[in-house]
Amino acid sequence: MAVLDDKTRSQLKSVLGNMVNPVKVVLFTQEFECPLCKDTKEFVEEICSLSDKIDFQLKGFVDDSAYAEKLGVDKNPAVVILDNDGKDYGIKFYGPPGGYEINSFLKSILEVSGKREEFSQDLIKRIKAVDKDIHIQVFVSTSCPHCPEAVSKSHRLAFENDRIKTDMIEGSAFPHIVNKFNVTSVPKIVINNNTEILGNVPVEDILKAIESL
Amino acid sequence: MEFNLNTDFQNIDSDNKAVSANESVVYECAVIGGGPAAVTAAVYLMRKGIKTVIITKSFGGQVAETKDIENYTGFNYIEGSELASKFADQVKQFEIAVAEGVTVESFNPGSETKEIYLDDGRIIKSLTVIICAGSSWRKLGVKGEDRLIGRGVAFCSTCDAPFFKDKTAVVAGGGNTGAEAALDLLKIAAHVTIVEIDEAIKADKVLWDKIQSYENFNVLTSFAVREIKGDQKVEAVVVEDLKTGSISELKTDGIFVEIGMLPNTSFLKSSLKLNDYGEIAIDSMCQTDIKGVFAAGDITSVPFKQIIIAAGEGAKAALAVSDYLMKS
Repeated sequence: MAVLDDKTRSQLKSVLGNMVNPVKVVLFTQEFECPLCKDTKEFVEEICSLSDKIDFQLKGFVDDSAYAEKLGVDKNPAVVILDNDGKDYGIKFYGPPGGYEINSFLKSILEVSGKREEFSQDLIKRIKAVDKDIHIQVFVSTSCPHCPEAVSKSHRLAFENDRIKTDMIEGSAFPHIVNKFNVTSVPKIVINNNTEILGNVPVEDILKAIESL
Repeated sequence: MEFNLNTDFQNIDSDNKAVSANESVVYECAVIGGGPAAVTAAVYLMRKGIKTVIITKSFGGQVAETKDIENYTGFNYIEGSELASKFADQVKQFEIAVAEGVTVESFNPGSETKEIYLDDGRIIKSLTVIICAGSSWRKLGVKGEDRLIGRGVAFCSTCDAPFFKDKTAVVAGGGNTGAEAALDLLKIAAHVTIVEIDEAIKADKVLWDKIQSYENFNVLTSFAVREIKGDQKVEAVVVEDLKTGSISELKTDGIFVEIGMLPNTSFLKSSLKLNDYGEIAIDSMCQTDIKGVFAAGDITSVPFKQIIIAAGEGAKAALAVSDYLMKS
């Protein structure tokens, strides 16, 4: 079942060695009608096994639907990262966080564990001032080198304000959503289902789009 | 499942001696860029004992966006992301100052000490500068292109080809970039049309041979793209047959614009002499028209944009800086 080679395992172990507090990684899958669920499970489970600070929980999208609903999970495979106390920062990965997206996945584990870079006070003030519910969807492909940064930037917004929730959406796993938003280039950021931003733009640009809603 | 670990994650185990760039230091050389020219220059400078800072958005440059590399000496085959990671590794084995994840906003080459203004507000000072800022995608400049970017108009084929599964696509450009985009698409798309403005395809034979192993494509040479049509997303591309002047419409789900690159010189704000193509004009010592300012790689007037040529030019620029510092 090992999907990672030894060199990668040791690299990932050192990365995860920077975690501060334990985190919970909750994966939702289903057995049927989810072609990417099996691969995603093997991959996420193995990464999580590389640190004893990660509590990996496998849930059924159908069997544990009440829990899925509680966390706002509406499709699968889905990964939700919670902190040690079970706090949900609104950070989800829909589809496999593989390819280049492993970078945003690892970063989010480190960030939820408490290892976060400092933002400028001015920026934090502006993010905290957002007073409506914001849903950010970041569309990616796993072969896109610029995409993980766009995903990580949306995470940083979500960390600073509980009303901001953000999803990574791996395009190949959800063709119907890709069609709905006419996604042909990634990263593409969709805010509250109507405002679209293309490319790995500065975090200020995403914030400006949110402020102008 | 495949994955591509970032350089800063990959290098976590390696001997990373790099330090953060310091505003209060006047460096002997500042390298702007993180591609093959910049990285090679940095390695040569550090080996010469020159106090160096390297300023880059990320290591690898266009190399990081390239999937297969088969013409960089010493490697029969290497993935772009892996080569980019090796670049970063080789630089950070030195106690070099690094400003990573930043963009240069402007540059003041005026006095003896050059000032480089970063987008995070820092100002980096240095006696010499090597500009290796590379180039980015060139656009067609036709109606509909800007409006439909991200809605069928694409530039990065490794990023966006996955969205063309069982769909049709046009590739504008029959050079190496166009051929690589076509290859990314042929594996997955229903049909690919390659449109080349010249009379013949200019891509390397090895790439062209690979394309020939597919059947789901056609080639239009001596054709130019005149317009991209579509309401919410690309629906058709208007092309002109340059031999007859006749105009026709190709129905398509998207178009990949792969017609070469434009040098990233906007931050220079016309402080340096450029050639007719907008590239920094340099002499055989990589010297620009301003003393102490050197340039290397795709951003310069040196012909043929290749990884190994950029790397060689970077080495040359570093040695020229070393000469310059000794004489001044």
